[in-house]
Amino acid sequence: MAIPAAKFVGRLQEVGFDFFTGVPDSILAGVIAGLIERRAYVPAVREDEAVAMAAGAFMGGKTPVVLMQNSGLGTSLNTLMSLNLIYLQPCLLVISWRGHDAGDAPEHLVMGRVMTQLLDLARIPHRALGADTYQEDLNWAAQVLMKERIPVALLVIKGVLS
Amino acid sequence: MRPEEGVLTSRSRGIGAVLDLLTDELVVVCNGFASREAYALRDRPENFYMIGSMGVTPAIGLGVALSQPRRKVVVLDGDGNVLMGMGTLATIGALKPKNFIHIVFDNEVYGSTGNQPTISQTVRLDQVAKAAGYLHVERVRELDDLIYEARTMLKKEGPSFLLVKVSELADDVGRVGIEPAAMTERFRKAAMGGTAA
Repeated sequence: MAIPAAKFVGRLQEVGFDFFTGVPDSILAGVIAGLIERRAYVPAVREDEAVAMAAGAFMGGKTPVVLMQNSGLGTSLNTLMSLNLIYLQPCLLVISWRGHDAGDAPEHLVMGRVMTQLLDLARIPHRALGADTYQEDLNWAAQVLMKERIPVALLVIKGVLS
Repeated sequence: MRPEEGVLTSRSRGIGAVLDLLTDELVVVCNGFASREAYALRDRPENFYMIGSMGVTPAIGLGVALSQPRRKVVVLDGDGNVLMGMGTLATIGALKPKNFIHIVFDNEVYGSTGNQPTISQTVRLDQVAKAAGYLHVERVRELDDLIYEARTMLKKEGPSFLLVKVSELADDVGRVGIEPAAMTERFRKAAMGGTAA
Protein backbone atom coordinates (compact mmCIF):
# COMPACT_ATOMS: atom_id res chain seq x y z
CA MET A 1 0.00 0.00 0.00
CA ALA A 2 1.23 3.48 -0.86
CA ILE A 3 2.45 5.85 1.85
CA PRO A 4 -0.12 8.65 2.31
CA ALA A 5 1.66 11.88 1.32
CA ALA A 6 0.46 13.72 4.43
CA LYS A 7 1.95 10.98 6.62
CA PHE A 8 5.25 11.21 4.79
CA VAL A 9 5.33 14.99 5.24
CA GLY A 10 4.53 14.64 8.94
CA ARG A 11 7.28 12.08 9.35
CA LEU A 12 9.83 14.32 7.57
CA GLN A 13 9.07 17.07 10.07
CA GLU A 14 9.16 14.69 13.04
CA VAL A 15 12.59 13.46 12.00
CA GLY A 16 13.77 17.08 12.13
CA PHE A 17 13.67 18.39 8.58
CA ASP A 18 12.55 22.00 8.66
CA PHE A 19 13.37 23.60 5.29
CA PHE A 20 11.76 22.36 2.09
CA THR A 21 12.44 23.49 -1.44
CA GLY A 22 12.46 21.94 -4.89
CA VAL A 23 10.94 21.72 -8.33
CA PRO A 24 7.74 19.67 -8.77
CA ASP A 25 7.20 16.25 -10.28
CA SER A 26 3.90 14.41 -10.62
CA ILE A 27 5.15 11.55 -8.42
CA LEU A 28 5.86 14.09 -5.64
CA ALA A 29 2.71 16.17 -6.17
CA GLY A 30 1.01 14.99 -2.97
CA VAL A 31 4.08 15.70 -0.83
CA ILE A 32 4.52 19.17 -2.30
CA ALA A 33 0.80 19.91 -1.83
CA GLY A 34 1.12 18.83 1.82
CA LEU A 35 4.13 21.08 2.33
CA ILE A 36 2.40 24.05 0.68
CA GLU A 37 -0.60 23.46 2.94
CA ARG A 38 1.72 23.68 5.93
CA ARG A 39 3.34 26.81 4.47
CA ALA A 40 6.64 25.00 4.58
CA TYR A 41 7.62 24.93 0.90
CA VAL A 42 9.92 27.39 -0.90
CA PRO A 43 9.48 26.96 -4.66
CA ALA A 44 12.65 27.02 -6.78
CA VAL A 45 12.86 27.48 -10.55
CA ARG A 46 15.74 25.05 -11.12
CA GLU A 47 16.98 22.10 -9.14
CA ASP A 48 20.55 23.43 -8.78
CA GLU A 49 19.06 26.60 -7.34
CA ALA A 50 17.07 24.48 -4.87
CA VAL A 51 20.21 22.54 -3.86
CA ALA A 52 22.13 25.79 -3.31
CA MET A 53 19.23 27.29 -1.35
CA ALA A 54 19.28 24.19 0.84
CA ALA A 55 23.02 24.65 1.39
CA GLY A 56 22.38 28.22 2.52
CA ALA A 57 19.56 27.07 4.76
CA PHE A 58 21.82 24.46 6.35
CA MET A 59 24.33 27.18 7.16
CA GLY A 60 21.45 29.21 8.56
CA GLY A 61 20.70 26.42 11.03
CA LYS A 62 18.11 24.37 9.15
CA THR A 63 17.99 20.72 8.14
CA PRO A 64 16.92 20.94 4.50
CA VAL A 65 15.07 18.76 2.00
CA VAL A 66 15.17 19.19 -1.79
CA LEU A 67 12.40 17.59 -3.86
CA MET A 68 12.95 16.98 -7.56
CA GLN A 69 12.37 14.79 -10.58
CA ASN A 70 15.47 12.82 -11.55
CA SER A 71 15.95 15.00 -14.64
CA GLY A 72 16.82 17.67 -12.07
CA LEU A 73 19.61 15.49 -10.73
CA GLY A 74 21.39 16.14 -14.03
CA THR A 75 20.86 19.87 -13.59
CA SER A 76 22.13 19.71 -10.00
CA LEU A 77 25.28 17.64 -10.43
CA ASN A 78 27.74 20.52 -10.58
CA THR A 79 26.28 22.21 -7.52
CA LEU A 80 26.27 18.92 -5.62
CA MET A 81 29.88 18.22 -6.63
CA SER A 82 31.45 21.66 -6.31
CA LEU A 83 29.37 22.99 -3.41
CA ASN A 84 27.74 20.42 -1.11
CA LEU A 85 30.29 17.62 -1.43
CA ILE A 86 33.36 19.78 -0.90
CA TYR A 87 31.91 22.23 1.65
CA LEU A 88 30.20 19.37 3.52
CA GLN A 89 26.68 20.76 3.37
CA PRO A 90 24.08 18.04 3.94
CA CYS A 91 20.54 17.86 2.62
CA LEU A 92 17.96 15.19 1.93
CA LEU A 93 17.28 14.74 -1.78
CA VAL A 94 13.84 13.28 -2.43
CA ILE A 95 14.11 12.29 -6.08
CA SER A 96 11.30 10.81 -8.15
CA TRP A 97 12.53 7.88 -10.22
CA ARG A 98 11.08 8.66 -13.61
CA GLY A 99 12.06 6.09 -16.22
CA HIS A 100 12.09 3.30 -13.65
CA ASP A 101 9.70 1.42 -15.91
CA ALA A 102 10.37 1.13 -19.62
CA GLY A 103 6.83 2.38 -20.21
CA ASP A 104 7.61 5.94 -19.01
CA ALA A 105 8.01 8.79 -21.51
CA PRO A 106 11.16 8.54 -23.67
CA GLU A 107 12.85 11.61 -22.16
CA HIS A 108 13.04 9.80 -18.81
CA LEU A 109 14.44 6.47 -19.95
CA VAL A 110 18.18 7.22 -20.05
CA MET A 111 18.23 9.03 -16.69
CA GLY A 112 15.99 6.34 -15.21
CA ARG A 113 18.56 3.75 -16.23
CA VAL A 114 21.75 5.53 -15.07
CA MET A 115 20.55 7.51 -12.05
CA THR A 116 21.78 5.15 -9.34
CA GLN A 117 25.15 4.84 -11.08
CA LEU A 118 25.44 8.65 -11.21
CA LEU A 119 24.75 8.82 -7.48
CA ASP A 120 27.28 6.04 -6.83
CA LEU A 121 29.94 7.85 -8.89
CA ALA A 122 29.33 11.06 -6.95
CA ARG A 123 29.37 9.02 -3.71
CA ILE A 124 25.94 10.24 -2.71
CA PRO A 125 24.34 7.56 -0.51
CA HIS A 126 20.90 6.55 -1.75
CA ARG A 127 18.11 4.06 -1.37
CA ALA A 128 14.70 3.54 -2.88
CA LEU A 129 11.91 4.60 -0.55
CA GLY A 130 9.89 1.56 0.52
CA ALA A 131 6.16 1.72 1.16
CA ASP A 132 6.62 -0.53 4.20
CA THR A 133 10.03 0.75 5.27
CA TYR A 134 9.68 4.52 4.82
CA GLN A 135 10.10 5.38 8.52
CA GLU A 136 13.29 3.37 8.70
CA ASP A 137 14.43 4.83 5.34
CA LEU A 138 13.93 8.37 6.62
CA ASN A 139 15.77 7.64 9.86
CA TRP A 140 18.65 6.13 7.90
CA ALA A 141 18.85 9.15 5.57
CA ALA A 142 18.72 11.63 8.45
CA GLN A 143 21.44 9.80 10.36
CA VAL A 144 23.79 9.42 7.40
CA LEU A 145 23.46 12.99 6.16
CA MET A 146 24.08 14.54 9.57
CA LYS A 147 26.97 12.20 10.33
CA GLU A 148 28.69 12.49 6.93
CA ARG A 149 27.50 16.05 6.27
CA ILE A 150 26.73 15.28 2.64
CA PRO A 151 23.53 15.00 0.57
CA VAL A 152 21.66 11.70 0.82
CA ALA A 153 19.02 10.63 -1.71
CA LEU A 154 15.73 8.80 -1.29
CA LEU A 155 14.42 7.59 -4.65
CA VAL A 156 10.66 7.50 -5.14
CA ILE A 157 9.20 5.02 -7.60
CA LYS A 158 5.73 5.72 -8.97
CA GLY A 159 3.01 4.30 -6.70
CA VAL A 160 5.06 4.34 -3.47
CA LEU A 161 3.65 7.74 -2.40
CA SER A 162 -0.03 8.55 -2.74
CA MET B 1 32.41 52.08 -24.10
CA ARG B 2 34.24 49.07 -22.67
CA PRO B 3 34.84 49.23 -18.91
CA GLU B 4 38.62 49.36 -19.22
CA GLU B 5 38.39 52.38 -21.50
CA GLY B 6 36.66 54.56 -18.95
CA VAL B 7 37.47 55.73 -15.50
CA LEU B 8 35.54 53.02 -13.73
CA THR B 9 36.55 51.86 -10.30
CA SER B 10 37.88 48.34 -9.83
CA ARG B 11 35.79 45.52 -8.37
CA SER B 12 38.30 45.22 -5.57
CA ARG B 13 37.81 48.85 -4.50
CA GLY B 14 34.06 48.32 -4.70
CA ILE B 15 34.14 45.16 -2.61
CA GLY B 16 36.40 46.87 -0.07
CA ALA B 17 34.01 49.82 0.19
CA VAL B 18 31.02 47.52 0.80
CA LEU B 19 32.87 45.40 3.37
CA ASP B 20 33.84 48.60 5.22
CA LEU B 21 30.14 49.42 5.71
CA LEU B 22 29.31 46.12 7.38
CA THR B 23 28.86 45.14 11.01
CA ASP B 24 27.27 41.72 11.57
CA GLU B 25 25.74 41.19 8.10
CA LEU B 26 26.17 37.75 6.54
CA VAL B 27 27.97 37.87 3.19
CA VAL B 28 28.07 35.33 0.35
CA VAL B 29 30.72 36.04 -2.28
CA CYS B 30 30.64 34.52 -5.78
CA ASN B 31 33.41 32.29 -7.13
CA GLY B 32 36.40 33.68 -9.02
CA PHE B 33 38.46 36.76 -8.23
CA ALA B 34 35.63 38.37 -6.22
CA SER B 35 36.02 35.81 -3.42
CA ARG B 36 39.81 36.04 -3.48
CA GLU B 37 39.69 39.83 -3.30
CA ALA B 38 37.13 39.88 -0.49
CA TYR B 39 39.21 37.34 1.46
CA ALA B 40 42.37 39.41 1.01
CA LEU B 41 40.66 42.73 1.81
CA ARG B 42 38.66 41.91 4.91
CA ASP B 43 38.16 38.32 5.96
CA ARG B 44 35.53 37.84 8.65
CA PRO B 45 33.59 34.80 9.99
CA GLU B 46 30.40 36.25 8.48
CA ASN B 47 31.89 35.87 4.95
CA PHE B 48 31.26 32.75 2.86
CA TYR B 49 33.47 32.41 -0.19
CA MET B 50 32.36 30.25 -3.12
CA ILE B 51 35.02 28.48 -5.12
CA GLY B 52 32.85 26.47 -7.51
CA SER B 53 29.15 26.09 -8.30
CA MET B 54 29.08 29.19 -10.48
CA GLY B 55 25.64 30.77 -10.84
CA VAL B 56 24.12 29.86 -7.51
CA THR B 57 25.53 32.63 -5.30
CA PRO B 58 22.18 34.37 -4.72
CA ALA B 59 20.49 30.99 -4.17
CA ILE B 60 22.90 30.24 -1.31
CA GLY B 61 22.29 33.75 0.05
CA LEU B 62 18.53 33.26 -0.25
CA GLY B 63 18.70 30.05 1.79
CA VAL B 64 20.63 31.89 4.48
CA ALA B 65 18.23 34.86 4.38
CA LEU B 66 15.11 32.68 4.70
CA SER B 67 16.52 30.68 7.59
CA GLN B 68 17.90 33.72 9.44
CA PRO B 69 15.22 36.36 8.79
CA ARG B 70 16.54 38.69 11.49
CA ARG B 71 20.00 38.89 9.90
CA LYS B 72 20.79 40.96 6.82
CA VAL B 73 22.34 38.97 3.98
CA VAL B 74 24.57 40.64 1.40
CA VAL B 75 25.41 38.76 -1.80
CA LEU B 76 28.48 39.96 -3.68
CA ASP B 77 28.02 38.70 -7.21
CA GLY B 78 29.31 39.11 -10.77
CA ASP B 79 27.70 39.56 -14.17
CA GLY B 80 28.76 36.12 -15.43
CA ASN B 81 27.33 34.49 -12.33
CA VAL B 82 24.01 36.38 -12.58
CA LEU B 83 23.64 35.47 -16.24
CA MET B 84 24.28 31.81 -15.47
CA GLY B 85 21.62 31.64 -12.76
CA MET B 86 19.27 34.35 -13.93
CA GLY B 87 16.21 32.35 -12.86
CA THR B 88 17.16 33.04 -9.25
CA LEU B 89 16.43 36.74 -9.78
CA ALA B 90 12.83 35.63 -10.40
CA THR B 91 12.79 33.41 -7.31
CA ILE B 92 14.00 36.32 -5.17
CA GLY B 93 11.64 38.80 -6.84
CA ALA B 94 8.72 36.47 -6.11
CA LEU B 95 9.65 35.61 -2.51
CA LYS B 96 10.75 39.16 -1.63
CA PRO B 97 13.02 38.42 1.34
CA LYS B 98 13.26 41.73 3.25
CA ASN B 99 16.77 40.99 4.50
CA PHE B 100 18.37 40.39 1.09
CA ILE B 101 20.80 42.76 -0.63
CA HIS B 102 22.27 41.72 -3.97
CA ILE B 103 25.31 43.67 -5.15
CA VAL B 104 26.55 42.78 -8.64
CA PHE B 105 29.98 43.90 -9.80
CA ASP B 106 29.62 44.04 -13.57
CA ASN B 107 32.89 44.09 -15.51
CA GLU B 108 31.29 42.65 -18.67
CA VAL B 109 33.82 39.80 -18.83
CA TYR B 110 34.55 36.33 -17.46
CA GLY B 111 37.61 37.54 -15.58
CA SER B 112 38.89 34.26 -14.16
CA THR B 113 39.08 32.54 -17.53
CA GLY B 114 40.77 35.21 -19.62
CA ASN B 115 38.36 38.13 -19.95
CA GLN B 116 36.05 36.67 -22.56
CA PRO B 117 33.08 39.03 -22.97
CA THR B 118 29.80 38.32 -21.21
CA ILE B 119 26.57 39.74 -22.65
CA SER B 120 25.94 42.21 -19.83
CA GLN B 121 27.03 45.10 -22.04
CA THR B 122 23.78 44.75 -23.93
CA VAL B 123 21.56 43.04 -21.37
CA ARG B 124 20.71 45.43 -18.53
CA LEU B 125 20.87 43.21 -15.46
CA ASP B 126 19.43 45.98 -13.26
CA GLN B 127 16.35 46.11 -15.48
CA VAL B 128 16.04 42.32 -15.32
CA ALA B 129 16.11 42.54 -11.51
CA LYS B 130 13.51 45.31 -11.55
CA ALA B 131 11.21 43.29 -13.81
CA ALA B 132 11.71 40.24 -11.58
CA GLY B 133 10.37 42.15 -8.61
CA TYR B 134 13.30 43.44 -6.53
CA LEU B 135 11.96 46.41 -4.54
CA HIS B 136 14.96 48.72 -4.81
CA VAL B 137 17.18 48.69 -7.87
CA GLU B 138 20.06 51.04 -8.57
CA ARG B 139 22.90 51.18 -11.09
CA VAL B 140 26.11 53.06 -10.28
CA ARG B 141 29.46 53.77 -11.92
CA GLU B 142 31.22 55.78 -9.21
CA LEU B 143 32.67 54.60 -5.91
CA ASP B 144 30.92 57.42 -3.98
CA ASP B 145 27.57 56.43 -5.46
CA LEU B 146 28.21 52.78 -4.63
CA ILE B 147 28.88 53.69 -0.99
CA TYR B 148 25.79 55.92 -0.80
CA GLU B 149 23.44 53.33 -2.36
CA ALA B 150 24.87 50.38 -0.43
CA ARG B 151 24.53 52.28 2.83
CA THR B 152 20.91 53.16 1.96
CA MET B 153 20.06 49.59 0.98
CA LEU B 154 21.54 48.25 4.21
CA LYS B 155 18.94 50.34 6.09
CA LYS B 156 15.94 49.58 3.86
CA GLU B 157 13.76 46.51 3.60
CA GLY B 158 14.61 44.56 0.47
CA PRO B 159 15.11 42.72 -1.68
CA SER B 160 17.51 45.27 -3.14
CA PHE B 161 19.71 45.06 -6.20
CA LEU B 162 22.74 47.24 -6.82
CA LEU B 163 24.52 46.99 -10.14
CA VAL B 164 28.06 48.37 -10.01
CA LYS B 165 29.83 48.91 -13.29
CA VAL B 166 33.52 48.12 -12.69
CA SER B 167 36.70 47.79 -14.72
CA GLU B 168 38.25 44.48 -15.73
CA LEU B 169 41.13 44.98 -13.31
CA ALA B 170 41.66 42.07 -10.91
CA ASP B 171 43.91 42.33 -7.85
CA ASP B 172 46.95 40.09 -7.74
CA VAL B 173 45.70 37.99 -4.85
CA GLY B 174 46.04 34.34 -3.92
CA ARG B 175 43.40 31.70 -3.38
CA VAL B 176 41.07 31.75 -0.42
CA GLY B 177 43.07 30.24 2.43
CA ILE B 178 40.27 28.48 4.26
CA GLU B 179 39.43 24.86 3.65
CA PRO B 180 35.83 24.56 2.34
CA ALA B 181 34.46 22.36 5.13
CA ALA B 182 36.01 24.64 7.77
CA MET B 183 34.41 27.63 6.03
CA THR B 184 30.97 26.02 6.21
CA GLU B 185 31.38 25.50 9.95
CA ARG B 186 32.74 28.99 10.53
CA PHE B 187 29.96 30.66 8.56
CA ARG B 188 27.26 28.46 10.07
CA LYS B 189 28.40 29.37 13.54
CA ALA B 190 28.41 33.08 12.63
CA ALA B 191 24.93 32.80 11.05
CA MET B 192 23.49 30.94 14.04
CA GLY B 193 25.03 33.28 16.58
CA GLY B 194 27.46 30.77 17.99
CA THR B 195 24.93 27.98 18.55
CA ALA B 196 25.95 25.67 15.68
CA ALA B 197 26.29 22.04 16.74
